[in-house]
Amino acid sequence: MTANTRPADALRADDAPAVAPASPGLKKVGGVAGWIDDRTGAAKGVGYLMKKVFPDHWSFMLGEIAMYSMIVCMLTGVFLTFWFDPSMAHTTYEGSYAPLQGVEMSRAYASTLDISFDVKGGLLIRQIHHWSALLFIVALSVHMLRVFFTGAFRKPRELNWIIGCVLSLLALVEGFAGYSLPDDLLSGTGLRAAQGFMVAAPVIGSYLSYGLFGGTFPGDDIIPRLYSVHILLLPALLIALFTVHIVLVALQKHTQYPGPGKTNDNVVGFPVMPVYAAKAGGFFFIVFGGIALISALVQINAVWVHGPYEPNATTAGAQPDWYMGFPDGALRLLPGFMEFETFGFTWAFPVIIGALLVIPAFYGGMMAYPFIEAWVTGDKREHHLLDRPRNVPTRTALGMAALTLYGVLMFAASNDIIAIKFGMSINDITWILRVLTFVGPVIAFWATKRICLSLQRHDRDLVLHGRETGRLERGAAGDFHEVHEPVDEQTRWTLVQHEETPPLELTSTVDANGVANKKGARKNKLRAKLHSFYFDGAVEPVSPAELEAAHHEHGHEAIESGDKISTH
Amino acid sequence: MPTLSRRHPAAIALLLMLGLLVTGTAYAAVAPKQAQASVTAADSVASGKKLFIANCATCHGANGLGINEVGPSLAGVGAASVDFQMGTGRMPMTEPGVQAKSGGMVKFSDEEISDIAAYVASLGPGPAVPDSEYTDASKGDPGKGGQIFRVNCAMCHNSAGAGGALTRGKDAPPVTGVTGKHIYEAMETGPQSMPVFNDANIDPESKRDVIAYLDAQQEAGNPGGNPLGGLGPVPEGLFIWTIGLGLLVGIAVWLGQKSA
Repeated sequence: MTANTRPADALRADDAPAVAPASPGLKKVGGVAGWIDDRTGAAKGVGYLMKKVFPDHWSFMLGEIAMYSMIVCMLTGVFLTFWFDPSMAHTTYEGSYAPLQGVEMSRAYASTLDISFDVKGGLLIRQIHHWSALLFIVALSVHMLRVFFTGAFRKPRELNWIIGCVLSLLALVEGFAGYSLPDDLLSGTGLRAAQGFMVAAPVIGSYLSYGLFGGTFPGDDIIPRLYSVHILLLPALLIALFTVHIVLVALQKHTQYPGPGKTNDNVVGFPVMPVYAAKAGGFFFIVFGGIALISALVQINAVWVHGPYEPNATTAGAQPDWYMGFPDGALRLLPGFMEFETFGFTWAFPVIIGALLVIPAFYGGMMAYPFIEAWVTGDKREHHLLDRPRNVPTRTALGMAALTLYGVLMFAASNDIIAIKFGMSINDITWILRVLTFVGPVIAFWATKRICLSLQRHDRDLVLHGRETGRLERGAAGDFHEVHEPVDEQTRWTLVQHEETPPLELTSTVDANGVANKKGARKNKLRAKLHSFYFDGAVEPVSPAELEAAHHEHGHEAIESGDKISTH
Repeated sequence: MPTLSRRHPAAIALLLMLGLLVTGTAYAAVAPKQAQASVTAADSVASGKKLFIANCATCHGANGLGINEVGPSLAGVGAASVDFQMGTGRMPMTEPGVQAKSGGMVKFSDEEISDIAAYVASLGPGPAVPDSEYTDASKGDPGKGGQIFRVNCAMCHNSAGAGGALTRGKDAPPVTGVTGKHIYEAMETGPQSMPVFNDANIDPESKRDVIAYLDAQQEAGNPGGNPLGGLGPVPEGLFIWTIGLGLLVGIAVWLGQKSA
């Protein structure tokens, strides 16, 4: 507060400002808080968190959507456990869904039907549980894409990126376990497929299957076992890892998008208390409300339609939930001739590759990426400022290529639905997608890289020559030209803040005694190759000298064209 | 005095008259139906043949025995087959394709269809149009029908009866909103790629149970809201990625703009 705006109760510089007496309510709260702090010492940590500053951007709320839908899942899951009976014991359905009355089924399926038709609000809660599970994995996937494309995984956040990947993987398993629990025709078919994947594993396959199912498929053990995994083991792991994930975000500070005044050493935003506490708290209820709205209007997983699982029955259009689509799609695309026998042992390569290797390959690639990129670029510094995706063309292009591959495989899992809805031949669709599996990522890489480079050149152009206003002016000599409006400083900051291509730094290939190190030389060669791949065709940000030169030129132009530039 | 004849001369005539009357009445009582029916059936076959030659012979041949690579022989397919194919608008086919399209417009009246059915039935013995006794959903057991449906039908037609894909552009059509008679006939005759479920596989009472199950399933409706086509996880995934995520990201963008 400066001297000329000093309030009336603090006319002298060293006057203490008057403190408003605390209201009786606040005193009570303070009393309780003090009591707790005296016994736990929590004030320090809570105070640290409350004062923590977070930057503001809608894309930072994607993780929040995931977090809230996970919480909604857990809340509704508790409700469902009150009525669900995870038992394969036989029973005859006597509930209120007429088409299944008198049908023999497992207790698991009958209790799911009871939740849907005979427990008050049960169907809505079931639908909220399932929709929020789908939304959880959608939101966390989009959150991961945001983190990847903005480079938020870079040092010091590699560890949190890996924790995020593990969380995502656990979410897939958790979702699949939940999908399998009701013991309806669809979930039983899914389990049957999963058992088939297991036995395809060389050597250990059949032992694995026998162990998990407690004998041959389906047995009586799988539902209770999956239930323990679904409601106890995986939720515990999810909550534990998720807590670490959040605590690390708070400790490492949140990254921020580049912009005026935002640097690698500060965080520009608002403190948790009161701004984010209110915003995030409100957003939780918005997410919960959104899911409840969807669940009230749109039916999901109509287990009563599928009927009870019988090993000799199945249904057309049997698909896993969307997040398990990519291994399923790979399985549908792999040609059957890849399965063969040697010495009485079957090698089911379509299943081994599609169902057993695709998931580890995707997740392994994601977890390894931060380290590979750091090695190639030689960048060992900390980054708290996000990249604009266009400024890292190769990473963005690699991400798009991987995403395209994922998309092709995921769409392959719905080839039968595409066939009937678009009147196409399922054989043609399968062949198109087989070709796209290989061609799609290459096209995506190339196109993305070109688009990024073009956008970067556009940025350079904008900084150097300003915005084309579309206004044509006639000069004194009768010449015509378009007026360019220079970008303001705030915009320019964002357009020029990124880093230039780092030079390739190779390690010495001769040791202290002057003996050549062949391994080191090979490593250097590979690194040089990858470095040039990564920075191929890089467009450098506008340097101050270039800007100066451009301004000089423009000033010249401005003289020719009158003083238009200086007035805008 | 001439002896009075015990019999009146007219007696014989009367007796004859009476005999004729009784015989005629008896004949009339027993025979006319047959006579009438044979005339109608013959008429029906004749007019069915005319319709057949005008509308079907291009592919199935003038004698209904088929044309190689164009249309199959219809000898022995029975009236049920004709009633199904024409009654659901599949035949006559509007365009060549991997299979006759379902859901087309029905181009003939019931009477015309039954005439053509009668003609085709005359080509060789085959399944007749089912008795309404066996196509009445209210007389079947939906629970039992559901079990038969899941084991025999759902792998192609989907557990919700929403249909599914077959190879090379063929499909198993949706079975929702199809009349009991047509469901019965489809099972009995195996149209397009469908296998035949004759009375030895699934007896008429069980076929009626399947009809009852489909009916009960539609009766039960979709208590959870919009079923998204009844096609399971694919439309559900599409929904959450587009409308679900769109809704919440829209709100996030809005909240992000309200800075503090």
